[in-house]
Amino acid sequence: MTEHALRAAAAIVGVADAVSPTGELDLHGRVLEAKVVREALADAGLTIGDVDGICYGGSAPGVAEYLGIQPRFMDGTMTGGSSYELHVEHAAAAIASGLGDVVVGLYAATPRSDRARRGARGRLGTPPGPNPMFEWEMPYGLRLPIGAYALAASRHMAVYGTTSEQLAQIAVDARRWASMNPRARYQQSITIDDVLASPMRASPLHRLDCCLVTDGAGAFVMTSAARAHSLAKPPVYVLGAASCSDHSMITAMPDLTVTAGAISGPAAFKQAGITTADVDVLMSYDSFTITALLHLEDLGFCAKGEGGAFVEDAKLGPGGALPMNTNGGGLSYTHPGQYGMFLLVEATRQLRGESGERQLRGPQIAVAHGSGGVLSTMGTVVLGAEATR
Amino acid sequence: MSPLLEPPASDEVAPFWDATRRGKLVLPWCRSCERPFWYPRATCPRCLGDTVEWRQARGDGTVYAVSVQHQPGPGRDAADGPYAVALIDLDEGVRVMGNVLACAAADVHVGMSVRVTWQALSDGRQLLQFAPRE
Ligand SMILES: [Zn+2]
Repeated sequence: MTEHALRAAAAIVGVADAVSPTGELDLHGRVLEAKVVREALADAGLTIGDVDGICYGGSAPGVAEYLGIQPRFMDGTMTGGSSYELHVEHAAAAIASGLGDVVVGLYAATPRSDRARRGARGRLGTPPGPNPMFEWEMPYGLRLPIGAYALAASRHMAVYGTTSEQLAQIAVDARRWASMNPRARYQQSITIDDVLASPMRASPLHRLDCCLVTDGAGAFVMTSAARAHSLAKPPVYVLGAASCSDHSMITAMPDLTVTAGAISGPAAFKQAGITTADVDVLMSYDSFTITALLHLEDLGFCAKGEGGAFVEDAKLGPGGALPMNTNGGGLSYTHPGQYGMFLLVEATRQLRGESGERQLRGPQIAVAHGSGGVLSTMGTVVLGAEATR
Repeated sequence: MSPLLEPPASDEVAPFWDATRRGKLVLPWCRSCERPFWYPRATCPRCLGDTVEWRQARGDGTVYAVSVQHQPGPGRDAADGPYAVALIDLDEGVRVMGNVLACAAADVHVGMSVRVTWQALSDGRQLLQFAPRE
């Protein structure tokens, strides 16, 4: 991107606000947010169906779910009062680069009328409103996050005949990689029988179908391709990046066997000009074995429903045709809660040839595919070594 | 069964919770696109319409996905033993969460026909639940 790539590349085409001389509004929370979005879209001559991006001073997937948007561009930057100027900055960059076409930004707060509501009810019932999960899911005692993934696994098994043994193979291969990583939490090899014999947690998922709980931290530094050349290590280029969110609560996931990665994956691959055949190492979020299996299908490494048969021959492990999660993954290496950072770190190390005993021979293309929430929001990044530039 | 984590009642869905007091399941229908949606709210997630009509549902559905919780989830106790949490496709075309009660948790399966049943909450509202049809 050139220095002036943002200049006049994007425009504000609709606005709305809601205020009153009484200082109080009748609406609050998500209903108020929906009202200003509705009015701003009308002002622009657009409808909610045109919207593919959202900026929100907080977690974007929840408000997107409420509004019925399945965004492929999200910005949840929260810097206080200036958040909305930063949102315009980021939306302009997104639109300029084709990550989004129609982006809405919104804000609603009702501190004045909240006081009365709080006084009358003695509880917080105000923006952005009670988390709908508490109202429509929590009473049923689903353990999260595992229960949501278990529901997806149950559906995949019922529709496609996927077996617990096939899911277990993913955990076995992750452990084979971990056995070559002296920093991995678990390094002792396991078998399919070990996975099946581990205690059932939330059917059909066993303890060894689940990622770890560990401490962990990571960081990355990015700069321009031009500057990257003069720095200490070989650059790892971002060849493509895309995202998509299609729900926040598991109840609202359109199809439990298809994730938003079916949108983000192909979009990132297209930007990068690659196909699945070009991927030398796949770093794919394995919060649970089913998570990794869904990613394989949605990214296009195999057809929908064929993930079980695809992994059976141990092709994801050392020496296999599709090396996946070479650090040992969330299943065996580390998982502090939001594991996506570690996908990027290992992908970078593999492309630089820094992965020690588990180093692949000269990989050129790595994919880091992150999964957030309960299979809610996917982010796919294609990384390349020098020769791919 | 141990006490539930009782759901809050958000303002925008008062008709839903009021109906549960009479053992009636009502669904929010958008007057603009004439379709029901879930979860209940004042805004249609399909067209952003803000005119909602609450219509009674038949109460029949099919298990879409199910997971038996072998460790207690929020509000539950280990003494209760494993229990089934399911996503249910109602005949009207919305997908809701519920427990499938009145049968062994292990017997609940994808494709099973279920019917609405109610579980009392402490304030007179009732929680939407399911039991095998038949
Ligand atoms: Zn509608």
